[in-house]
Amino acid sequence: MRKPAADSTAISLQQRNGKTAWQLALIVVGMFGFGFALVPLYDLLCEVTGLGGRTGGAYAYDPATVQPDKSRLIQVNFTTNTNAGMPWEFWAEKGGVRVHPGELRQMNFFVRNTTDRRMIGQAVPSVVPPSAAQYFHKTECFCFEQQVLEPGELLEMPMRFIIAKELPKNVQTLSLSYELFDVTNFAARVSVAGSEGSE
Amino acid sequence: MKARRARIAAKTGVKVKKNWLGRCIGLTAALLAGNAWADSLNMTSGVTGISNTIYELHMLIFWICVVIGVVVFGAIFWSLLRHRKSRGVEPAQFHESTSVEIAWTMIPTLILIAMAWPASQALIEMYDTGGEDMTVEVRGYQWKWQYKYLDADYNETFGFFSNLATPTDEIHNRSVKGENYLLEVDNPLRIPANRKVRFLITAEDVIHAWWVPDFGIKRDAVPGMLNELWTIVDQPGIYRGQCTELCGKDHGFMPIVVEVLPEKEYDTWYGEQVRQAQARKEALSKTFTADELMAEGEQVYNTFCATCHMPNGKGVPPVFPALDGSAITMGDRYAHIRLVYEGVPGTSMQAFGNQLDAVALAAVVHYERHAWGNDAADVVQPRDVINLIAGEVK
Amino acid sequence: MSDIILAGQDLDHDHDAHHEVVPDRGIARWLLTTNHKDIGTLYLWFSFIMLLIGGTMALVIRTELFEPGLQFIEPAFFNQMTTNHGLIMVFGAIMPAFVGLANWLVPMMVGAPDMALPRMNNLSFWILPLAFGLLISTLFMEGGGPNFGWTFYAPLSTTYAPDTVTYFILGIHMMGASSIMGSINIIATILNMRAPGMTLMKMPLFVWTWLITAYLLLAVMPVLAGLVTMMLFDIHFGTSFFNAAGGGDPVMFQHIFWFFGHPEVYIMILPAFGIISQIIPTFARKPLFGYDSMVYATASIAFLSFTVWAHHMFTVGMPLAGQLFFMYATLLIAVPTGVKVFNWVSTMWRGAMTFETPMLFAIAFVVLFTIGGFSGLMLAIAPADYQYHDTYFVVAHFHYVLVPGSLFSILAAVYYWLPKWCGRMYDESLGKLHFWLSFVGVNVTFFPQHFSGLAGMPRRIPDYALQFADFNMVSSIGAYVFGFSQLLFLYVVIKAIKSGEPATDRVWEGAHGLEWTLPSPAPYHTFTHPPRVTEIEAHS
Repeated sequence: MRKPAADSTAISLQQRNGKTAWQLALIVVGMFGFGFALVPLYDLLCEVTGLGGRTGGAYAYDPATVQPDKSRLIQVNFTTNTNAGMPWEFWAEKGGVRVHPGELRQMNFFVRNTTDRRMIGQAVPSVVPPSAAQYFHKTECFCFEQQVLEPGELLEMPMRFIIAKELPKNVQTLSLSYELFDVTNFAARVSVAGSEGSE
Repeated sequence: MKARRARIAAKTGVKVKKNWLGRCIGLTAALLAGNAWADSLNMTSGVTGISNTIYELHMLIFWICVVIGVVVFGAIFWSLLRHRKSRGVEPAQFHESTSVEIAWTMIPTLILIAMAWPASQALIEMYDTGGEDMTVEVRGYQWKWQYKYLDADYNETFGFFSNLATPTDEIHNRSVKGENYLLEVDNPLRIPANRKVRFLITAEDVIHAWWVPDFGIKRDAVPGMLNELWTIVDQPGIYRGQCTELCGKDHGFMPIVVEVLPEKEYDTWYGEQVRQAQARKEALSKTFTADELMAEGEQVYNTFCATCHMPNGKGVPPVFPALDGSAITMGDRYAHIRLVYEGVPGTSMQAFGNQLDAVALAAVVHYERHAWGNDAADVVQPRDVINLIAGEVK
Repeated sequence: MSDIILAGQDLDHDHDAHHEVVPDRGIARWLLTTNHKDIGTLYLWFSFIMLLIGGTMALVIRTELFEPGLQFIEPAFFNQMTTNHGLIMVFGAIMPAFVGLANWLVPMMVGAPDMALPRMNNLSFWILPLAFGLLISTLFMEGGGPNFGWTFYAPLSTTYAPDTVTYFILGIHMMGASSIMGSINIIATILNMRAPGMTLMKMPLFVWTWLITAYLLLAVMPVLAGLVTMMLFDIHFGTSFFNAAGGGDPVMFQHIFWFFGHPEVYIMILPAFGIISQIIPTFARKPLFGYDSMVYATASIAFLSFTVWAHHMFTVGMPLAGQLFFMYATLLIAVPTGVKVFNWVSTMWRGAMTFETPMLFAIAFVVLFTIGGFSGLMLAIAPADYQYHDTYFVVAHFHYVLVPGSLFSILAAVYYWLPKWCGRMYDESLGKLHFWLSFVGVNVTFFPQHFSGLAGMPRRIPDYALQFADFNMVSSIGAYVFGFSQLLFLYVVIKAIKSGEPATDRVWEGAHGLEWTLPSPAPYHTFTHPPRVTEIEAHS
């Protein structure tokens, strides 16, 4: 056993060690919280910078303030896919459109529940090139909410979008993909990704 | 050598000159032979501008590392030889020098900046996806790739799956391995040379990655996220790659084969595919004969179903149920179709409605109901499938 | 201030010799010990057993990869082997070995009687056999053990994982708790219990590197804990952190993982840097060159390690700005690392070297770790990484920095300090034989993997195309040589402990530091009174 040199120093060393330990434990707890904080932080960074193909939530569009930039035509193409275990049919009215930045356009999408039970689907959008994502604004999108379909039901879903005029000049083609997931068994919850509108 | 020449000179009285010519020839030969050998160890320079740029960058960094290595290891080996106690040396005692520390901090930093410059240029070039001539969707599945071609208006014209074609006999060492062992597929991706091809990359289930070394392109396929790649291939030929992100059991068994065709040949092939896809669409309302259904069904079965349910239909119970004599294959055909179409969530049974069109689905279901010992009374036509998923059957 | 040379005296040395406290005998001693030497011994033996288990898995892998074709195991089991080989080596062999060395050496090097929190020290160790027993037992459970790589990316590790993933998560939590508690102990010991006169800039480099490593551990192990907790929630409680269906993001998993993962690899190398910085001066009979610089370089590496994580993700689909940033940051971290190598070479330069086994391992470390550093530099170049990523080129890189890097430093440390721990010398000829077998084995195993990677062979595949066959065959042969050579090491250590030549106190002619002022073997309790630092041998 340790022989204390003098009682007062021995106690104070033990106290000091204990204090250090608690201070360090605080760092540990803080970093654990930081790990969880990374989740909303990540979303925040994605939204603010547009990195990661995120297109953000519902966009408030004031027709009076926006004029289409007729000097540019952007090719937008749409791809639709259903994820593993999601047997719905899902397609876009057309594969692509040409739009001017600043012009409001609509594209219709269709989903059909091919099964014999009621199901809930969630479409998740993603845009390339990543530098374009933050300039692609959706004023109305079925991806903002879950879609409940009865067996055999066919639903037409409009999506309205406008491309900001600040879109980098070197972007001529923009691709938007929707991935449709089966969320029937998910507990009802607000999207973890933060904004009520986004993916 | 010097000493040897001196000895010969002393013995014979003849001065032996250094054979410069011989030395040059010998050195060149060695370098050439070594070069060819070294090439077999090296990364490919590939067949695109990007792959060549990457190769040159790789070699630049490599040579910089070699030079640094020669200097550092040279110093170490010199020191190991000279500064040893057995040589009776007294150890010096110097142990710091701020100027030296600054020097060997600054110089490497400058070297790194010199590396970063061409690297940044290359990266910027690789990210320039604009101005493409055509687009192909690439989708990773466990454990195969799917390719879908888009026309000039970005509408989907046709698509197909690309499965490993190496026979299992070769994999399990029951027969000799072919030249393209594990790098061959049933349906390769075909693209034209000299046109800018853009790839849109997605994934069905887990993260995969699409890589063709000769093109110098690789990108992860992430479920729920779209990725983009482009390439312009200068040289027609067949190029092979592999999945490069762990994606489960058969990660090593889902290769990529791209056949780059001369432009004219590609256009002919493409036109033919579009025509066939159109015919396929029309076939959706056709009534097939039982023989036709069995033939197509067997092919679909062996490609999509046999790995789990086995070619003989016996499966691997309980994980992969037997189809030969099962309640499903002998029961109601609509229930059977539905099961194949929707899959069984939470198991390996995928939703094949995502992967097979109504003709293939009808054929494979028909096949399962009539193959092996099964002999259901019904026939399954594409319209049965279409009616079912449209909700027009019970 | 230059290399710290303290000639201290443990005033109670003789006193303890008379009243040596005899520890409990048998299992009770080892289960309940709070003595840093005992706990160090436990960690070191545990890590060696883990090395052998992880090594066996490596040999299973290399046996299957000896030739093309599937000969011995199925792909699903192969994935379990690669996953568990990684987990066991990282969390079970390398990290606990360094903690064991810290336990044995830090108190003696700073003149402290024990670690700051001895009972927590005991707990930190005993969690580990529990955690690894759990992890290894999953291999025998239905559905098989973890099979998603040691990097366990979602959704392969969440939606598509075997049932045993929950035990995997529990195991990771336990290992993390052990590391965190160990780090708290080490920091408290170093900050509060140094002998008077030992300022921070006079501590041995091993203590410095462990101080910095411990802070890194405190910073990132909780993030890993958070990450696996999020996984747990996604798997069992219906959340969608990483599931795109519910609004989550698989790529976010990678960001969080590598935010932990990159500092983790520096956690596995900084103590090695400390060990090498102690051994080379001893056998060169010359002080460490650039002590201050070495401390600042270590601190810079630690700080920069938080800024480079996404270089593990260059192909995931990051925007250009992200790629450029992470490329530049990764290139930057090469600078302080290079500085350290130059300082070691300068330490050797114009010394009077002898080449006992610890020095052989240390020199091999400098050379081979530098080679690993070169492949790392190549990987840092993002455009080139598109051809290297997820190929054997990466496997070659990290095995070079971890095996002839971290592992060699641990072997060097054991050879170097074993005589102090057990009072007996190891057999020098056998030690040298072990070194040469390991040196040849490690290079034959991993050098060809650079080439199979450049030729296009992906990672984590149980079977491969024919053009990779030669490289794989050579690599497998090397693996067997290297693997079995470690059994020779076991023999050398046991032989030394049982019947080695008695060692002197100083052991090595050029050794400096407080631990060398103690008798060999070091008494059960040392520095119960802090040593009086009687003189500091300054070096011009």
